[in-house]
Formats: sequence, structure tokens, C-alpha cells
Amino acid sequence: MSTATRKTSFGGIALGILGWIVALLMFFPIAWLLLTSFKTEAEAFTITPHLFFTPTLQSFETALSQGGGYWHYAWNSAVTSVVSTLFGLVLTVPAAYAMAFYPSKRTDFTLVWMVSTKFIPAVGVLIPIFLVYKNLDLLDNVWGLIALYTAMNLPIMVWMVYSYFRDIPKDLVEAADIDGASMMQTMTRVILPLAMPGLASTCLLALILAWNESFWSITMTNHSAATLAVFIASFKSAEGLFWAKMSAASVLSIAPIVVLGWFAQRQMVRGLTFGAVK
Amino acid sequence: MASMTTRSPAADAAKREKAKRAPAKWLLAPAVIFLLVWMIVPLGMTLYYSFRNYNLMMPTMTGWAGITNYSILFTDPTFWSALKVTLLIVLCSLIITVGFGLAFALLFHRNFFGRGVARTLAVAPFFVMPVVTGLIWKNMLFHPAFGLLAWLFRLFGATPIDWLAHFPLTSIIIMISWEWTPFAMLVLLTGLQSLPEDQLEAVRLDGANKWHEFRHIVVPHLGQVLYVVVMLESIFFLTSFAEIYTTTSGGPGTATTNLPYYIFQGTFAQYDIGTSSAAAIGAVILANIFAIFLIRFVAGNLNAGENR
Repeated sequence: MSTATRKTSFGGIALGILGWIVALLMFFPIAWLLLTSFKTEAEAFTITPHLFFTPTLQSFETALSQGGGYWHYAWNSAVTSVVSTLFGLVLTVPAAYAMAFYPSKRTDFTLVWMVSTKFIPAVGVLIPIFLVYKNLDLLDNVWGLIALYTAMNLPIMVWMVYSYFRDIPKDLVEAADIDGASMMQTMTRVILPLAMPGLASTCLLALILAWNESFWSITMTNHSAATLAVFIASFKSAEGLFWAKMSAASVLSIAPIVVLGWFAQRQMVRGLTFGAVK
Repeated sequence: MASMTTRSPAADAAKREKAKRAPAKWLLAPAVIFLLVWMIVPLGMTLYYSFRNYNLMMPTMTGWAGITNYSILFTDPTFWSALKVTLLIVLCSLIITVGFGLAFALLFHRNFFGRGVARTLAVAPFFVMPVVTGLIWKNMLFHPAFGLLAWLFRLFGATPIDWLAHFPLTSIIIMISWEWTPFAMLVLLTGLQSLPEDQLEAVRLDGANKWHEFRHIVVPHLGQVLYVVVMLESIFFLTSFAEIYTTTSGGPGTATTNLPYYIFQGTFAQYDIGTSSAAAIGAVILANIFAIFLIRFVAGNLNAGENR
């Protein structure tokens, strides 16, 4: 590991170049998507790929306006991911708080149980949820999807928030208790401000997972509650027809999350490792 | 707990402790109830349906089915192939993402020109919606006539390959690995950067060589991080759906039909609730086999945290 300090050696330079090659190769499909989104349909669909062309916003205009278009789905994606994250937070913070600062004999069991529910694959609960939703008129309904996303992210959120709370010295809570602060006061005035960065990265992760989710939105929605995942998936049958439009729609759908992810990558990873990385 | 008894009588402290514990239970209740209602109750219902005659196309056929659904399932070759496909996707993607993830992490752990920007570019695929991943690869890269890979093959005088038709499962695994290698890399990189410097110093002072350093400090430390990567990736790989739905639709034939896709089709194409529920129970059991190994780690990590 100490080789990191030998910057100027030939091997060091070669490995640096290798690092850049890796980065560019990994990013290439996204770059190509971006490039295609600025082409006309004719330019996007050629035997010999065009690297140089006159950029046009034509495909973006089509993607944004055509057939209800992007905004309808983007709104649904935004509402379902934001609201489900907020719901998740409301359920998570008290639960993680109780387990981190007032652990009982059953706390370990509860935590492990919560993570283990994440091992129930979505298909394991798909059928009853679909049938119950059908009876309750929750199919193709934003609230139905929000509830599913909340349940989907809850175990991971509890774990992340718990591991952030666990890093806060217990003495702080005890001191506040002795000073006669109520549990609510201790939580909102002492602990939450300290855990704010952790809470923020937990929310970002939940947001990203909900935004990118496709299984539930494809099975549970049709049009009125359909998210961007459903919109993009609808391009799958139009194979070979509208690559530029498909690319423009895809760019618009992934851009917010890729940018958000870039900002939050480090904090998110730390929380996700369940305390294995400090 | 010991610190507070120095300030107030022990009995008083115990009383206060008890008073705080009671509401603590209520804080936990909403999350537990929510998970029970949304995950455990439906799971119970799936189990119930799996023993019932229930097909939306045949509303008159009802009642207990005994183990009929399971015997239909176990004699269906597609179920067994779906099980195989699921396992292949999970195992191959795990090996590829962890292997490349580790290599990339070691590469990006070194300092080089523009490392921050390069790392940011390299992690981007993880944030791409799986539906978009499917469409990018299927159309713009894998397409046998207009895809970039086809163009590259022709450039070198080779015959382009119809990836999704001839190597469907490989193509799916490539797509999934492209998305998840950045995740493995990012987590392992964070692990490398949080290596206990004091311990490294100590073994260096003891005159340990690079191999000893790697074997006794780096490996045990990264081992924990690796476990987390494997656990989270298994959860997501076992339920891969979008990449298959947007590209091969489970085909050609049943070559890329994994358990989630098999159940999806059984439910929404054949409306066979009973047999699909039995398959869903199969998927849950499979996931739990993975979970047994992985949850043990989480529980172990929990106890380690008690010593703070």
C-alpha cells in the first residue's frame, strides 16, 4: 500500500493510465447514451457510428412532449421516491433511536429480523400484494407504490441510521436524561443534529433505490401512477426505431440520480457497510 | 450505565431507566408493525395460496390443492432451469463484480493524476436505472447490425455476434456486472482507505514484509467489508428483473428466465396464482439459504459493536 507514495516511477504512471482506461471504459456506455441523445434519429441509427455530428435538441423535445411524455412519469417518480423516503424516515428514526440508546435483550434479534426481511424477494410477496391492491383499488395508484417503496427500503434505512446512532456516545443521552430532558427533546435537540450527515446519506440512498426501482412499478402500475422506469421500459418494444428519442428520455431519467449519487457516494457507502468501515 | 450512578442514587437511576425503556418500545413498534403488514403477512398469504387451487382464468376451481401446485412445479423443467439461471446469475455476477471491484479498488487506492474525476466516472454505472442499462446494452452496444460491438468486430474483420440471441445469459451477466462492479469497488475502496494505520505501522516496525502486512492486516479488515458487498449484492442479484425484462424477456426459449421472471410470467401471463405462489415460496427458500450464511456476519458485527 505504501507504493502509493512513489508517484513518479514508471510503474506508477502506467497504473495511473490504467486507472483512467478503466474509468473511461466503465463510463463509456453512459457517454455514448449522452452522445446519441443529441443526434437525429437518422444519425443515431447507422452501421458506422458517427462520433462527430451537429448536435440537436430535437430528441429531447420529442421525449419531453410526446404522448404525455417525460413530465408525467418524472412527477410520479419524484413523488413516490421523495414521499416513500420521508415515510421511511419517520418510521426509521424512532426505531433506530430506541435500539441504539435503549437496547434490550431483544434488540439484537429485532435488528437481525429486520435485515432478514430484506431477504424476502419481491416475488415472494408479489401475488398477495397484487390481489389485495386489486381489491382495494390501489393498483396504478401512487400511494400503493409509495407504501411498497417504504417497506422495500425500511430494513436498509433502519440499519444505516442505527449504525450512525451507534457512533454517537451514549453518555450524551444519559447526560440529557439526567438534566431532565424528555426523550423527545433529547432526540430532536441532541441526537438528530449530530446524526444529520448520516440521516442525509440514508435519505439519498433510499431516494436512489426508489427512483431506480422497476419491478414494483412495472407490475403494479399502468399509466396514471407509472414512474420513469415504466416509461423507459416502454421503449423496449420499439427496437431499432427511435434510438435518439430513447436516449434522450434515458438521459433525462438517469441524470438527476447520477448527479446525486456522485455527490453522496462516499457517505452512502460508509453507512451501507453496517459499521464495517469507519 | 456506570457513569450515571456516580451522580444519582442507584435506585433512582434504575427507576428512570425503566421509565425510559417503556416508551422506547413504542418507538420501535411502528417500524416493526409496518414490516409485518407489508412483508410477513403477504409472505404468509403466498404460502397459503401455494396450497390452494387458484387460477384467475378458472374462477370455479377453488379449494385446497394439497401439494399439487408443488408437484406441478417440480415436474416443470422451466422451474428447474429458472433455478439454475438464478444461481448462475448470482454466482457469476458475484465473482465478476468482486474480482474486478477489488482490482479497481486497488488501482484507485493509488494516487494518480485526476484520480477523483476518474473514480467518479467509474462509479457512475451504479446509479443508472437498471431499465436504462438494459436498453443501452441491448440497442446501442449488443445490436447485431447497428451496435457498437458489431462495428468493432467488423473493424477487425470478424463477424459480428448476435449477443442476446447466442450468448443471452452471458449478456445479462455482463450488464449486471457493469452496474454492480462500481458498487463493489466503492465499498472496497472505502475499506482500503480505512485500514488501521496504527496496526500497519506496528507490523512495519516489527519488520513485517509486504506479504505479512497484506495477510494479517489487510485481508482480515477487508474480509468484513467483502462480506457486506456479497450480502447486499446477493439480495439484489437474486431478484434481478429489469435487465431481463427489457432485453431478452426471459428468452430465447427459457435461457434467461430466472425465478423472478418465471413467477412474473406465471402470474401475469398464465394467471396461475397457485403454482406461481409455490414458485415464490421456492424463491424465498433460496434467498434464505443465502441469508443464513450472511446474516450470521451481521449478527457477529453487532456483538463487536457492544464493546464500544
